[in-house]
Amino acid sequence: MTDTPIADMPDAPRRSLSARLSDWYFAETPNPAKRVQFSRPLTPWIFLLPQLAIVVIFFYWPSVQAVTSSFYIEDPFGFGSTFVGFENYTDAVTNSQYASTAWFTALFCVVVTALSLGLGLLLAVKADKVIRGAETYKTLLISVYAIAPPVAGLIGMMFFDMHMGPFTKLFAAFGYDLRVGIDYWDTAFALTVIAVWKQIPYNFIFFLSGLQSVPVSVREAALIDARSGWRRFKDIILPLLAPTAFFLLVINITYTMFDTFSIIDVIVKDKPANNPMTLVYKVYLDGFKGNDIGGSSAQSVILMIVVAALTVVQFRFLERRVHYG
Amino acid sequence: MYKFATASAMIALTATSALAQSATEISWWHGMGGRNGEVINEISQMFNDQTDTCNLTPVSRGTYEEALSSGIAAFRSGEHPNILQVFDAGAATIIAAQGATIAAEELILAAGEEFNREDFIPGVRGFYADSEGKFIGMPFNSSAPIMYYNTEAFEAAGVEPPKTWEEFEEIAPAIVEAGYLPLTASQLTWMMVENFKSRNNQEFATNNNGYDGVDGTEILVNDENTVMMFEKLKEWADAGYFGFYGAGWADNLKPFEEGQSAMWIGSSGSFGGLQKSASAPFSADFMPYWGSIEGAGTQSFIGGAALFAMAGKPSEENECTAQFFTFLTSPEVQVYWHKNTGYVPITEAAYEMAKSEGYYEEQPVAEVGIKQLQLPAGEWTAGYRMGFYPQIRSVMEREFNRIFSNEVSVQDAFDIIQQESNDLLQRFARTAG
Repeated sequence: MTDTPIADMPDAPRRSLSARLSDWYFAETPNPAKRVQFSRPLTPWIFLLPQLAIVVIFFYWPSVQAVTSSFYIEDPFGFGSTFVGFENYTDAVTNSQYASTAWFTALFCVVVTALSLGLGLLLAVKADKVIRGAETYKTLLISVYAIAPPVAGLIGMMFFDMHMGPFTKLFAAFGYDLRVGIDYWDTAFALTVIAVWKQIPYNFIFFLSGLQSVPVSVREAALIDARSGWRRFKDIILPLLAPTAFFLLVINITYTMFDTFSIIDVIVKDKPANNPMTLVYKVYLDGFKGNDIGGSSAQSVILMIVVAALTVVQFRFLERRVHYG
Repeated sequence: MYKFATASAMIALTATSALAQSATEISWWHGMGGRNGEVINEISQMFNDQTDTCNLTPVSRGTYEEALSSGIAAFRSGEHPNILQVFDAGAATIIAAQGATIAAEELILAAGEEFNREDFIPGVRGFYADSEGKFIGMPFNSSAPIMYYNTEAFEAAGVEPPKTWEEFEEIAPAIVEAGYLPLTASQLTWMMVENFKSRNNQEFATNNNGYDGVDGTEILVNDENTVMMFEKLKEWADAGYFGFYGAGWADNLKPFEEGQSAMWIGSSGSFGGLQKSASAPFSADFMPYWGSIEGAGTQSFIGGAALFAMAGKPSEENECTAQFFTFLTSPEVQVYWHKNTGYVPITEAAYEMAKSEGYYEEQPVAEVGIKQLQLPAGEWTAGYRMGFYPQIRSVMEREFNRIFSNEVSVQDAFDIIQQESNDLLQRFARTAG
């Protein structure tokens, strides 16, 4: 195992955050074994209340409402509703467009996550090695993060505009007629480029700070063991970056599924036609533009289940492979 | 001390009298921005200036769709405005929800104001009314799809603007010859389906175009004529006579603004904007129809939006709403709105006033929309009423993109539209349960 040299380092066995916190907290306490207890059982609940209220009002309550209305076909104004059991669900999943939207969402998640993680890591590794003007490089790379998604979408839209976009003209110079907004895959391409571009800085910041927290002593020790830069990166740096990468994986998938909403909205100019969209965008279209509350609720419940399943998978299976040091 | 007491008594008196005189507050949510939004504010100010008893506050809620959704959400939580602007495609949704609105006609009559259906120009009367002709919504910003044309392009080609699509086919090669793209059109759902139906007097849906009830209403779009219209459009697109730039309004308008296309089918309400943005001199005429279809050449449906008085408000507020509706239909206000936005005047009196002021001699294009709405009516030109219609439009937009990127034949596309729309209509009928 390549772990061995690390374990020998004097500062290597880093303790968990909670352990270190409790060390710090109990350092002055005469009797470290004694736990702080509230004298009244109600007091901790009072402290918890604001947070609980927020979670209940903004998360559980709407969720329960979504689940309830997913079993009804409802008049938007709330006058009449028909109980239809699971019909909204079967209607949603058997709808041809729903299937294609789901496939696109999955594909979009994989491609955007892979590209933005990969490029973010590549840029971070390279920026980490820059000595002269390092701050300028970093600032330039990070600054994109300050752009709000709708603005990113707008910038993208100008680049891909079918009448005067520079990218459209660039493709035309190579003899390809780029038709973003009309051709399904052309629009998918534009969405991917914008979504990745928007997300790279975020990944870059985290990877860079992850890289900078790798102790110099570890790097120097590794330099003795392996001459190949790639092997040092693969065996030493990458495992140490794994917690960061895992965190970013979760964040990037969430980003692609939910936060690309405004980019899509801007690019399809709120008329999706035959253009690709994500499941979240379809929930919005059916619920807010179509006023089909039951159908839209069923779709959002399906989405909740998918996200819950995905989170479980990530934490149960992927996290086991991650070492937090 | 005495002075102080007098002063405070005075203040108290003024305060109470101000309170007694304080106007009834009413609110109006709309979906208009830009210049149109400003004109709405101006009209509201004009209304507030001429009354002591009411105070109207207009609030922009984004786009038409957003205005409708936020109105619905607000209604469900009892926070709705007095007046909600609802666009043509959303009309079925709000009209089907009986109890959400008070019929404009009843509201106005109950407030003791005058109301006469015949005051309105014919093309406007039916769309937001029930099957008996009672006004549910108050027509407000009304537009018609018309054909704008680049006069330079037609001079260069040496041809006349077409009245029918047959004439268009004849002159298109000459326009191509002159170096122009003959035709672009925004929002094909509105132009080439809905108003293909109205201009050519074609049945659009069963149940009297949907007016007679939601149960069993079926859309009729995979018929021979509608399919023919789109087969022609596809043929023209392939021959370079027609440019299709997706579902976005502005993308299809741009070639006309830049003087590249010779004709653009757009809204009569676009006139104000085009005067600023068009790079070539232009004029306008009626939207073409098919000479080959018997009885074609009828008036078009009104587009745009209407105002709905929401239910569940105190009677003094409803009276203010009624007063505002009456104010809004007065010729002066209509003409002001017409001139500043390009939407058509909705009453005969307003139209006469604009005429007598000589407005159309200065701006003949401004008259095209209202003239088209006054063409002879046909059996199917009053309007259409279909629930979940915004989604039906989305289905159409999706299939149109597929037609023009050669992914589906026109007939198959319309079979799919027919099927999916009818599923949606059936679903909508069940929401009323």
